Amino acid sequence: MRLIIGLAILILGSTGGEIAITHGMKSVGEPARLRPLAVLRFLGRAVRNGWFWAGVPLMALSFYALLVLLSWEPISLVIPASALSYVAGTLGAKFILGEHVSAARWAGVILVCIGVALVATG
Amino acid sequence: MASEARLRIKTLVMVLAMVVCANVGDLLLKRGMSQIGAVELTAQGIAQAFRLTVTNPTIWLAIFFLIGFMISYMTVLSWADYSYVMPAGAFGYAVLTFLAVIFLHESVSPRRWVGVVLICVGVLLVGQTKPRTTEVPTEVAA
Repeated sequence: MRLIIGLAILILGSTGGEIAITHGMKSVGEPARLRPLAVLRFLGRAVRNGWFWAGVPLMALSFYALLVLLSWEPISLVIPASALSYVAGTLGAKFILGEHVSAARWAGVILVCIGVALVATG
Repeated sequence: MASEARLRIKTLVMVLAMVVCANVGDLLLKRGMSQIGAVELTAQGIAQAFRLTVTNPTIWLAIFFLIGFMISYMTVLSWADYSYVMPAGAFGYAVLTFLAVIFLHESVSPRRWVGVVLICVGVLLVGQTKPRTTEVPTEVAA
């Protein structure tokens, strides 16, 4: 049971945090050009965005859950299970951020998810 | 469409920067922490580890690269889909495996090679899709 709760915090924390940061960056708007000054101005606006600061503690929570899980369970279980965040992230992108996830993108995400699990346990 | 091609190229460049910064940063962090050695979990041990960490140049170089990762990650997400950037970032696992074989002469299990192939095919599939499927404001008035 604690394993399931830990994994849920790990996956939902990182996914939720990254979705909040993505939403924040989208509302900040992309830098007009990729020059150091324009990127610095962009970062200045980004760190004043509330969604960014909503995302950071969620990602920190997820990292903490990872450390705790690694102290309970073997890494060969924890890392492949955490690869499920690719699927969770894609679901979040589709239903929360409103991104269009085509069949090709879904197929790619699922291959990456299985591949990361295999690499981590190889 | 010229702007479509430009979007794709700048997204790929930023994802590449993300992957390189994250992996180099992680490797340097690992090297720096192994220079410091195992941390004793007492108040004194942690205080000493902290002192050694903030005075270690390798750790600072690692932090520099990890900040570079965070900046490229935030920047690319300001125009590209999360569902595009996230799986594309997994390309780093494949790169790490190749680096380990070429430079460290590590032997890699068949299981891990299968994983690397799946990641590469998956990233290529995602990479073919449009990097952006939502409307994004360009440069919000400051």
